[in-house]
Amino acid sequence: MNDILKLLEQNSRYTARDLASMLGMEEAAVEAAIAKYEEDKVILGYQALIDWDRAGEEFVTALIEVKVTPQLGDGFDRIAERIYQYDEVESVYLMSGAFDLSVIISGKTLKEVAQFVARRLSTIEGVTSTATHFILKKYKEKHCLFRKQEEQKERTLFV
Amino acid sequence: MDYNSILSDKVQGLVPSGIRKFFDILNEMKDAISLGVGEPDFVTPWHIRNAGIYSLEKGHTKYTSNAGMLSLRKEISTYLSRRFDLNYDPASQILVTVGGSEAIDLAMRALINPGDEVIVPVPSFVCYGPLVSMAGGVPVYIQTKMENEFRLTPEELRAAITPKTKLVVLPYPCNPTGGIMERGDLEALVDIFEGTNIMILSDEIYAELTYGLKHTSPANIEALHQRTIVVNGFSKCYAMTGWRLGYVCAPEPVITQLTKLHQFAIMCAPTMSQYAAIAAMKDGDGDIERMHREYDRRRKYLVAELPKIGLDCFEPRGAFYVFPSIKSTGLSSDDFCERLLISEKVAVISGTAFGEGGEGFVRMCYATSFDEIKEALRRIDRFIKSL
Repeated sequence: MNDILKLLEQNSRYTARDLASMLGMEEAAVEAAIAKYEEDKVILGYQALIDWDRAGEEFVTALIEVKVTPQLGDGFDRIAERIYQYDEVESVYLMSGAFDLSVIISGKTLKEVAQFVARRLSTIEGVTSTATHFILKKYKEKHCLFRKQEEQKERTLFV
Repeated sequence: MDYNSILSDKVQGLVPSGIRKFFDILNEMKDAISLGVGEPDFVTPWHIRNAGIYSLEKGHTKYTSNAGMLSLRKEISTYLSRRFDLNYDPASQILVTVGGSEAIDLAMRALINPGDEVIVPVPSFVCYGPLVSMAGGVPVYIQTKMENEFRLTPEELRAAITPKTKLVVLPYPCNPTGGIMERGDLEALVDIFEGTNIMILSDEIYAELTYGLKHTSPANIEALHQRTIVVNGFSKCYAMTGWRLGYVCAPEPVITQLTKLHQFAIMCAPTMSQYAAIAAMKDGDGDIERMHREYDRRRKYLVAELPKIGLDCFEPRGAFYVFPSIKSTGLSSDDFCERLLISEKVAVISGTAFGEGGEGFVRMCYATSFDEIKEALRRIDRFIKSL
């Protein structure tokens, strides 16, 4: 069954029929399995990976290292929740190592992101420090390369 | 100058590989999809490429020993034993060649005396017949059949053998049919060889790409081991076509003669490729499995979808091709391919390119991205409906 998940993770646009043919299953069984995964929140959503540079959109993304004081009873969860409630926040991970939470946010401008950190993030109770790293260039995300490799010019056909 | 009278009659008599006529048309076309190319769509795994690059950085740019680096031959020996239970001595029974193709050519030239017959099951890869002819031999074709899953049957083989038979080519797993020979199929041939001096050339370039069961080599059958020449390479299983690296394993007296020819014609296989190949064999089993899994999904997809658009398809058990019958369309294979290319911009290869018995079939290679395969099927469906 995990085969369906692995394939959908590669390409969420595979249809139930595609998956059924590839895995030697009945189409209806694939549909039922996917519905169950969605219901159980094993599948959280379906999104496109977009190269915004190519789309001509100005866009900045930052990775913010956040150090926090864990709270009694809730540990890191309560603070993480206070952070991820903001729509600007794309991802939040609890980390091992030199800092506690890794927060990824995107905004239209550098200023917008900086303001979010200064006004919203660093003022959250329990946040002791932040370090903001702006992403300068994306090379690869989720196994996808951002710049297409040069097309092979000479395509030879050989049997 | 009248080159026709200058160039060798034998060379001029060779028919060029069957698809050259589409080559130019396809290159000019936009949005064309090719299921024609017989090579993996994967790039060579990075750790293997890196080993090649590293060898250049370290300045390993000289010839290696003629037979290939001993360290590589040792890796090949270990690999064959680990994955196929084949045992060959790296020092005397393995020769590293420029692709499996060179190994096939060497074997033909080393074995054939003028007039010797070489049995070639078809449909199969295009090179055997021409190389036999160039070596002065006579190719004798056996037409394998879809109802036998394109296996070579003992009856067919027995009927083709004459006192002049020198060699039998076993091109399994088979390009283009996807047919394989299982252990039982090979064992059924043992009696025929008994008491003869007939050799076997087993082209096992697709050995890693069998589905549902492990590949068996004729060299795995004790009674056939001594008469078998195993050809294999790195192109298909590690996606290393452009590195041009293969190898041949056989009893020492055979390898000694092959090495002489290789020495004069080639000197040695490319050094950086040999370094990359060591990395591949040491640490590449995971790459083989990853690509195998991907091919298998596409294979299943095609086998499930082709009947839905009206094309009968034998379920291929090896390689990365499907070989559906297009007889239901009423077209000849050549017409089917040409019209499909012109009207829907999809290139598949006519079965006739692979010898007798290919009429009525086309070869589609599924070492192509899933999206392209799916789009190609959509167009083929539209094409068939328009007939």
